[in-house]
Amino acid sequence: MPVDLEIVSPEKLLLAEPVEMVTLPAAEGELGVLPGHAPMIVLLRGGTVRTWEGGKVVQSLYVSGGFAEITGAKVTVLANAATPVADLSRAEAEKKLAAAESAYAALDRNDMAATLAAMDAIQAARAMVEAAAAP
Amino acid sequence: MPSLKSLRVRINSVKSTQKITSAMKMVAASKLRRAQTQAEAARPYAERMERMLGTLAASVSGPSAPKLLVGTGKEQTHLLLPVTADRGLAGAFNTNIGRLTRNIARRLEAGGKTVRVMPIGRKGRDYLKRDLASRIGEDVSFAGRKSIGYADAEAIAARVIAMVEAGEADVVTIIYNRFHSVISQIPTETRLVPTPVPENVPVQAGGIVEVEPDEADVLAKLLPQNLAVQIYRALLESAAGENGARMTAMDNATRNAGDMIKRLTLNYNRARQANITRELIEIISGAEAV
Repeated sequence: MPVDLEIVSPEKLLLAEPVEMVTLPAAEGELGVLPGHAPMIVLLRGGTVRTWEGGKVVQSLYVSGGFAEITGAKVTVLANAATPVADLSRAEAEKKLAAAESAYAALDRNDMAATLAAMDAIQAARAMVEAAAAP
Repeated sequence: MPSLKSLRVRINSVKSTQKITSAMKMVAASKLRRAQTQAEAARPYAERMERMLGTLAASVSGPSAPKLLVGTGKEQTHLLLPVTADRGLAGAFNTNIGRLTRNIARRLEAGGKTVRVMPIGRKGRDYLKRDLASRIGEDVSFAGRKSIGYADAEAIAARVIAMVEAGEADVVTIIYNRFHSVISQIPTETRLVPTPVPENVPVQAGGIVEVEPDEADVLAKLLPQNLAVQIYRALLESAAGENGARMTAMDNATRNAGDMIKRLTLNYNRARQANITRELIEIISGAEAV
């Protein structure tokens, strides 16, 4: 029995297919979902969504953050932006990381919300660099 | 009776107008198709977000609930976001939004509320400047842009959130043309803040939903996202509506130009024949006199 995986970005539906297992970059650590998983709503950080078949990764998509809704037979990923890992460019990811780091450095440390947001941006950019580096 | 030459000039000028209007109609038709596809593609995300929001919102209440969800507790300052096009020649498309915004603003002010307006689109700003000038703060325009993306909606959402957080707005309403069909766009007002919680969300099979990290954290990210999605949807609907309205308006204009050309041509031919007849009479009477 497969899990129905759906990945949607605000601009379009990116992927809708049954998979054997999917791993999500949840905010509190990588999360693997097999059929019959308990219903959950999780926050995602920047990272890679991977689909598995027979113990091997079939597809990997980089998401910059978002949400996932898990019900028994269905996983819906609401991604802020998603790109297949193969389409990522390392140089661009590094540029993004540098931008995020300089934005963080320029921040006012007393502004908690902005600091947290900047840290999230750095983390997402770092995950993008990693995803781009390891095909 | 106008001279033959002036008639000829007018016919030519109406003909070139007709060429322009029919070209604009074609352009609007193809843009409409693109806008509709874009709006269609954005639908799945909005639907799923709404469902998730419904599940989560039910579990959060009390004074710790985020401002975006429950409002600031007051209803004093209303922020209106009228969405119009940046270009005219689209029939009553822009005027309808302007009029609705003005009426809403008057109604609110009669009730003692404070109104702020943040027009999205140049035409709406120009229209509202006449009688709501003092309420307009900043405005957003996409003039010269080929298409609107989600990032634009996010930017607008960020400004709105900043205003709500700073206590500069208690209730936020977006006013836009909902695309009903090519010939009809319905001016609609939708409340953005406090977030209307979708009701009758189907209860999840399997009982209680676990939330990680916790409801408040997820909601804190979900609500701004939801706001951006709602704005994005309004922008897309409005873009589709604009092109539909322009297509209809230009179709009418092309037909009117056709009617006018027919009438002018008839006049032109009459004048031409009258001239010939008069010349003949002159020749014949001249010959008879000899």
